[in-house]
Amino acid sequence: MSAYGSPATGVAVQAAPVARQAWAGSRQAPMLEAAGLALARDLQLAFRKRGQLVQPLAFFAMVTMLFPLAISPELARLREIAPGVLWAGALLASLLALEFLFRDDAYDGTLEQYALSGQSLTWLIFAKTAAHWLLTGLPLALMAPLAALSLGVSAAAVPGIVASVAVGSVALSLIGSIGAALTLGIKRSGALLSLLTLPLSLPVLIFGARATQLAITGGPLLAPLELLAALAVLGVTLAPLAAAAAVRISLE
Amino acid sequence: MHDERLDVESLHLWRGDRHVLRGVCFSLASGECLQVTGPNGSGKTSLLRAVCGLMYPEEGRVLWEGRDVRSDLRTFHCALVYLGHEPPLKADLSARENLRYWIGVRHRLGAAALEDALERVGASPWCERLVRTLSAGQRRRVALAGLALSMVPLWLLDEPTTNLDTEGQQLVGSLIAEQLARGGLVLAAVHHELPATVRDLRRLELAA
Repeated sequence: MSAYGSPATGVAVQAAPVARQAWAGSRQAPMLEAAGLALARDLQLAFRKRGQLVQPLAFFAMVTMLFPLAISPELARLREIAPGVLWAGALLASLLALEFLFRDDAYDGTLEQYALSGQSLTWLIFAKTAAHWLLTGLPLALMAPLAALSLGVSAAAVPGIVASVAVGSVALSLIGSIGAALTLGIKRSGALLSLLTLPLSLPVLIFGARATQLAITGGPLLAPLELLAALAVLGVTLAPLAAAAAVRISLE
Repeated sequence: MHDERLDVESLHLWRGDRHVLRGVCFSLASGECLQVTGPNGSGKTSLLRAVCGLMYPEEGRVLWEGRDVRSDLRTFHCALVYLGHEPPLKADLSARENLRYWIGVRHRLGAAALEDALERVGASPWCERLVRTLSAGQRRRVALAGLALSMVPLWLLDEPTTNLDTEGQQLVGSLIAEQLARGGLVLAAVHHELPATVRDLRRLELAA
């Protein structure tokens, strides 16, 4: 008996009277700090597994490069189809990345621990979605001008394109988080996830392509951008709630 | 000062058409450990998950300090830590990073406390290694460090001694003994008896 952990046990018994107040309840981390840690964890993990990070971006680059080859190298025609190509590519690329949003965390029990952490699961899910946007939406927005330039779009359109893809991808990430959470319990959920998410993403596609088109032709693009922003705000306020509820169901 | 207390009242749980928990009742007071045994598939894990609120039992209640936990799950969750079959660790983070994120989401974590916990479970020499390179027993030890760090009254442990060597099993025993001495409550589902370091063990056997 004495050969084992008894010294440590002895210490604990002596410490017992003071340890009573030592429960962590009062030291509960503030919500924003916990959400910040959840965000930092996902960012750090993403940089440890760069393959997952690069995959949607490579997909986006490939799609936008295939169009000139398949349709025609004529710049006037490419310029005409550029908004559609950019947005269809961005939508599919962000869909591709969605599958990874919660999957690993569901397998290794991280979501379970989040749900039992005593913190708001909604905030933690929001933090995860924010990390997802930083890792896919933002890089897509930064890559979109390069793809646009290769489609013959003038440099003057670049700020408008970046803005529309950046704002639109926020909405896409949030809408996608609901679909990703709902399909958590299902193996090979990719097809179902697309079916669930695509119809909801169509407004983003329509307004995003319109904003990009206006940016290219030099028209007033504020109206479609504002509609995109409205969709993003709607997503920020409602999507984490829905996704958190879906995650809870998947844990049962 | 109120004492922490867990009461489980006639819990019934169905999984599909299987009646897994058939009216499970027990009470657990401050400083008590309940060891739940039973053959595979008898519902040990389901019982733990129903108690912590991950599963919704069809009938029955769980009371924490006399109040139904469903009325305020967040407060209840602040008071418990649940350790499942698999340690909740990220394969691509080191042991130390894992603990910093896992426990840090719950409460503020001092660097010294973290080092102490790693030392305690014998993880200091390899705490910088990625968890994917650790053995199953080493991962279990990291999970135990998380347990030691969480400083909450109620521990729900699912097979805490799996994959551990004899010394590791004794470590589980002494961690539980300390938790009980502090006035904590431990509910453990096990196949093998908990180490003898845990005194005043109560037992609950689930039938298949």
